[in-house]
Amino acid sequence: MPQPLDTFKGFALTFRQIFKKPLTQQYPEYKRAVYPRFRGRHRLWRHENGLEKCVGCSLCAAACPADCIRVVAAENTPDHRVSAGERYARIYEINLSRCIFCGYCEIACPFDAITLGNEYELSEYDRDDQIYTKDMLLAEPIKKIPVQDSELYDTPIPYYKSHS
Amino acid sequence: MHEPWWISLIKAFLVINLLLLAFAYTTWFERKLLGRMQNRYGPNRAGPFGLLQPIADLVKLIRKESFFPAAASDLPYIIAPVVSAFTALAAFSVIPFGPGWEINGWQVDGVVVDVPIALILVFALGSIGVYGFIVGGWASESKYSLLGSMRTCAQLVSYEVSLALSVLGVVLMGQSLALTEIVTKQEATLWFVLPQFVGFVIFFIGGVAESARAPFDLPEADSELVAGYHTEYSGMRWGLFQMAEYINLIVLAGLIVTLFFGGWHVPWVERLDAYGPIWFLLKLGIFVSLFIWIRASLPRLRYDQLMRFGWKVLLPVATLNALVTAFFVVLI
Repeated sequence: MPQPLDTFKGFALTFRQIFKKPLTQQYPEYKRAVYPRFRGRHRLWRHENGLEKCVGCSLCAAACPADCIRVVAAENTPDHRVSAGERYARIYEINLSRCIFCGYCEIACPFDAITLGNEYELSEYDRDDQIYTKDMLLAEPIKKIPVQDSELYDTPIPYYKSHS
Repeated sequence: MHEPWWISLIKAFLVINLLLLAFAYTTWFERKLLGRMQNRYGPNRAGPFGLLQPIADLVKLIRKESFFPAAASDLPYIIAPVVSAFTALAAFSVIPFGPGWEINGWQVDGVVVDVPIALILVFALGSIGVYGFIVGGWASESKYSLLGSMRTCAQLVSYEVSLALSVLGVVLMGQSLALTEIVTKQEATLWFVLPQFVGFVIFFIGGVAESARAPFDLPEADSELVAGYHTEYSGMRWGLFQMAEYINLIVLAGLIVTLFFGGWHVPWVERLDAYGPIWFLLKLGIFVSLFIWIRASLPRLRYDQLMRFGWKVLLPVATLNALVTAFFVVLI
């Protein structure tokens, strides 16, 4: 049955919305805080003494379902010591255009050398710029991403993320 | 006094450019208003209030590749959007927007061309415009385009009948097919929306269906299908189809204003009539906003509902309206 009265109610409803403030969050100006365990851009970590945690074991590359990590290891020598282990990653590249941000690499890593950070603004004009080298991954992220208070969430942050 | 030909030419140039500008900003206004009705902002990045958005869209469409299906028949494929856009633009030329003025001793009419069969001309151009949609879909040599154009064709042809019948009442009361005459008649008596309310409602509904807008936007049905007849079009060729659609909408609003709401005329205040174009634009804007409001509020009809409504409701009511009007016109 057609109900003309309800139709006019619908018109009134749409008209009322004009005077309400839009719900849209204006993205580049307003960045919504991500969850504490949000998986964004990777980073590599160093020990306190400056040595890299990564020992070039390639377990992350093996665990990666998207096959986006490339590790080429080299031996540490006494006068060229880069990492704490026997070997270090001479080349460590992540192709972020292939990465699916599953986080298997950080689970696979025996030294908590790689974790997934909170950064998600990863657009580039060039595909080549999506390949992140070791220097870029070791550097402190420049962009500050707002993160929600972890107290609000009862899922604990895993050890390898909170202590690296 | 008769208007010299070069004034018509200048007027035509002005009106066509204003119309294209109006088209561009109708898209902006629609997106803006629709956005607000859905608790969004709408375009607000390009320029202040997103005012440069139509220009950005234009640049994008022109720079985009105009994809050309290998199997398409060249000439009809290219001509179709041109025909649609041309007829839509041409139809506006007979819609009066002012009472006419005398500037430096030259007579300037308030309409681009004052033809005695203006109303028939508008409908004729509208019908030719439908060819653009049909031929465009057919020439794309794609089954989806063809099905889309058949759907469009069926809808436009069915609603054109009731549309033409619904203005019969106005023609009988105005005793003329010239739109300028009809406006003058309304100036002398009263706006035809009052005696011809039924005709107005039918014309309004039929017009919304004719310009293929929600809730009658089955030709496009953007939330259900890829598109209709213009599936295989891209770039500015697609833009021309879109332009035809929006200019048809403006022409339709102009027709409603002219036929039922006294065109450029304001009641009671005679001396304001010299500012006719302002009132005309104001009324036009109200109707365009109304169409957008309808789009924001009503869900799309099903195809069988569309056909049933067109043939079993609108057509008999339109016929009856014409008959009753004829009866009263003869009697009084």
